[in-house]
Amino acid sequence: MSLKRIDLLICCGSGCISAGSLKVKERFQEVLADKGISSEVNIIETGCMGPCDYGPVLVIYPEGVFYKSVKPEDVEEIVTEHFLKGRPVQRLMLREEERLVSSQKEVPFYRKQVKVALANCGFINPESMEEYIATGGYEALGTVLTTMNPQQVIDVVKASGLRGRGGGGFPTHIKWQLVHDVESDEKYIICNGDEGDPGAFMDRSVLEGDPHRVIEGMMIGAYAIGATKGFFYIRAEYPLAIKRIRNAIKQAKEAGLMGENIFGSNFSFEAEVRTGAGAFVCGEETALIQSIQGERGNPTPKPPYPAVKGLWNKPTVVNNVETFANIPTIFLRGAEWFASMGTETSKGTKVFALTGDVNNTGLVEVPMGITLRELIFDVGGGMANGHEFKAVQLGGPSGGCLTREHLDVPVDYETLKERGAMMGSGGVIVMNDQKCMVNVAKFFIGFCVDESCGKCSPCRIGLKHMYNILDRITRGEGKEGDLEELQHLGETISRLSLCGLGQTAPNPVLSTIRYFREEYESHIRDHSCQTKVCTDLFHFMIDKNRCIGCSLCARKCPVSCISGSRDEKYTISQTECIKCGNCQDVCPVKAIDRIPGMHPDVLKQLQEKQNISIEE
Amino acid sequence: MKTLADLKKIREKAQEEMKLRDGKVRIKIVVGMGTSGIAMGAREVMKTFLEEISNRNLTDVLVTQTGEKGLSSMEPVVDVIEEGKPKVTYGNMTPEKARRVVVEHIVNGRVVSDYVVATGD
Repeated sequence: MSLKRIDLLICCGSGCISAGSLKVKERFQEVLADKGISSEVNIIETGCMGPCDYGPVLVIYPEGVFYKSVKPEDVEEIVTEHFLKGRPVQRLMLREEERLVSSQKEVPFYRKQVKVALANCGFINPESMEEYIATGGYEALGTVLTTMNPQQVIDVVKASGLRGRGGGGFPTHIKWQLVHDVESDEKYIICNGDEGDPGAFMDRSVLEGDPHRVIEGMMIGAYAIGATKGFFYIRAEYPLAIKRIRNAIKQAKEAGLMGENIFGSNFSFEAEVRTGAGAFVCGEETALIQSIQGERGNPTPKPPYPAVKGLWNKPTVVNNVETFANIPTIFLRGAEWFASMGTETSKGTKVFALTGDVNNTGLVEVPMGITLRELIFDVGGGMANGHEFKAVQLGGPSGGCLTREHLDVPVDYETLKERGAMMGSGGVIVMNDQKCMVNVAKFFIGFCVDESCGKCSPCRIGLKHMYNILDRITRGEGKEGDLEELQHLGETISRLSLCGLGQTAPNPVLSTIRYFREEYESHIRDHSCQTKVCTDLFHFMIDKNRCIGCSLCARKCPVSCISGSRDEKYTISQTECIKCGNCQDVCPVKAIDRIPGMHPDVLKQLQEKQNISIEE
Repeated sequence: MKTLADLKKIREKAQEEMKLRDGKVRIKIVVGMGTSGIAMGAREVMKTFLEEISNRNLTDVLVTQTGEKGLSSMEPVVDVIEEGKPKVTYGNMTPEKARRVVVEHIVNGRVVSDYVVATGD
């Protein structure tokens, strides 16, 4: 037994690492050695604790004190005050309305959360198998292997109502049943860790924070379907996740939890990691299978489904990281317990990566059926910098946006789909009233144009065409009929594309046209971007009443389009202005404003140019 | 590892290592570690508690620290807090006294009245 009296948990999720948590850890090691109390404090690197906005974060047990934004300079004070004298350092603790938040449990960010997949994330050392076992790890696997047959395993998953957490929400037990029922000399199980949506980091955090849980879930699945070989497909951009899964596989093998005759049963299993090169399309299961086989990551037509003809033409199950992470707890606590959370059709909890213009960006896990309002305003802490809520993009580039009027809809698979968005893998991008929805749609379509594999023409050519129209609209060259064209193209691409990427890629455009049509129309008809985001659709103006004639703007203008004098004040020559915003930044009296709408001079020039090109 | 019993053994050992984090303890020993406490040797007292508890393999006892207790003339001061019982405060502690407190109070449940300076909250 150790003499440790303090457990110091340092969040080493990728967010906190980039905020400097490793430096903080090193500093702790130095200071503790310096004070001669290294033997009394256990320094534990954990996975993501969730509140990334506060990073680097620490939790100190036994009290459970939560420290935020800790810098290496703060370490000495924590050690001398808290560790030696028992006085927590109040300035590093969270305050809520002048009240000091004394422990992690009380942090408002955690209050509405229910942790199943993330239960250990940020609580255990992900590189220690023993800590996972201490929380009940591998007990579900042991129980399953020694007391249940594969069909009983599938029945439990069926009773729990678990659905795929990767996006589509396909019931997990059906996938398992299909492969279970097929006769084959070899079957495979794959963990899909190819998380590629902008703003999503759920799977990465689970893999980094609790790798053994994903392995255990995969092994229960493998037993149920009769697979003896598993693959973790993780993108190469996630080096820490890859390292931790590899480490966990090694530990499990050494302990006899993976290999031949696990728990004395006749079930044998091996798993290995395959790294992806980071193509978004490889998250699609048939493309992922191609990639594991060493081929170019192109999707293949379905049917045949992977359940029939998957990896190396053998029956294969592909499940998402979070789906696997739920499995052990379903067996430990029972299917009824899991099914008691959530809504009629969507059971359990969902992990979301909350990003964008909210106060508490980070990793959260909430019961299905929670409203968007609770998710964004209670867990997320509301909008940052006092701005108004405008829209939320759910499901990344495959999903759609929802608006203020949807804030009270419950988050479940069906409800979101009906309203033009989707659960997706769990990326939640919250946008404030400063965002231009046309520009947002253009960004997502641009992403899918880059990521389209090019195999089928609706996706390859259609998306590019949609992008060109959107680009024209944001440059003030939109035409009547553009919106109808976009909708027509979008619907066609959705219907005719081979795989999920193309089928869902038009969603951001279709949903923004559905809910923000007037914004598109003002771009097209009035040549005006009300949010002053699209550079061609706003202009800078110097207010002569406020201008003091200091000439700073004129001197800083990179294209020398500002002229004037101390008496006459300064003016911008609109046709030459490149909208770099330098003048606004340097103006000492803030006399320069952004005005929505194209300046009449510029518009005239544009129309003349268009007329010439028509005549030609 | 071949059976669930093997797994249970590993689990129990690992849980022991992680007990600081679960908050489930029978007795909490709180050592006053303000400036005066430290000056009077509170660190030695705390170390002794940690060692004794470790040697005796007492898995449900937690040693932690707090700041100045206000009883400067009786430093080092140690509170023993047991669920459902009044708090016992020992004063003028030394490593020897700490050993006796572990044997008599923590293990056998008899308060060492010679060293008690206050009871209750």
